[in-house]
Amino acid sequence: MTKNILVVEKILSANDRIAAQNRAIFDEAGIKAFNFMASPGAGKTSLIEQTVKRLIPRMNLAVIDGDIATNLDADRAQAAGALAVQINTGGECHLDAVMLNSALKQMNLKGIDLVIVENVGNLVCPASFQLGTHKSVLIASIPEGDDKPYKYPGMYRGVDALVINKIDLLPYVPFDMAFFSKGVEILNPGLVSFSLSCKTGEGLDRWLDWLVSNS
Amino acid sequence: MHELSVTESILEISLRHAGQANAKRVTNLYLVIGQLASIVDDSVQFYWDIISKDTIAQGATLHFKRLPAKLICLDCSQQFNLGSDGFSCPNCMNDHVKILSGDEFYMEAIDVET
Repeated sequence: MTKNILVVEKILSANDRIAAQNRAIFDEAGIKAFNFMASPGAGKTSLIEQTVKRLIPRMNLAVIDGDIATNLDADRAQAAGALAVQINTGGECHLDAVMLNSALKQMNLKGIDLVIVENVGNLVCPASFQLGTHKSVLIASIPEGDDKPYKYPGMYRGVDALVINKIDLLPYVPFDMAFFSKGVEILNPGLVSFSLSCKTGEGLDRWLDWLVSNS
Repeated sequence: MHELSVTESILEISLRHAGQANAKRVTNLYLVIGQLASIVDDSVQFYWDIISKDTIAQGATLHFKRLPAKLICLDCSQQFNLGSDGFSCPNCMNDHVKILSGDEFYMEAIDVET
């Protein structure tokens, strides 16, 4: 006999359940966690370096780095003063809640105030997978071009803050800030954003204030 | 490509619901995918054929219902589907718009043989 069964279940519900466990681990340890997402080369690791260097006198930070291969990013975060763990995704284009969960189980979170999860550099997939972090931050950069919100709407939809990195390059590359901002506003009205340069340090203070006040 | 992990979830959900119904076979899966959900049908189908092998869902047909992203113009209240021309309202050409839907990604139903 053939039967139709009504399911109505989110495909990623299994991931979302593990994400809820991760959130509980963070909350129990009194940690605020941030998910950093961006395309490759936008400056995620540079922003983490600058953030860690400036905050380490005030708080204890841990960085969890997702990459398809190598420990390069975790090494940079560690050199800046953070406890760093590398997750090699083995080809997966994003971190998911299970990968983060196994990283968290390997870490000694005692005394940590703030965890930064550096997602795999990718403007498509990471937005679809909840990790259990408290806030998501998207890092855009000037050389990527001003059309990215229009081309990758999913990434701009679900984030809590936007960093626009490499503003020191504005005089050298065509980037229409009004056009970029219009796309962002449509996708994520009222999104808090920070224009900064990890190279010159311009704008970093305002970003750090936001990060600390949300920690 | 994240379609492999997505397809594993699809298999897990369908087998769980089929098991609850004591089904012998899963024959059809009905998936709903919004335009803003980044999922490639062909890729899911490719992985499905591999990972459903030797399960009661082997050979089941995947049906993809694609939903357009719906937007509303905040100036003239025109509702419209997201097209290839960006986010501008087709009625008044303004960009003062809001996205109403398009992120859907769920399994609506399955057909099973009991």
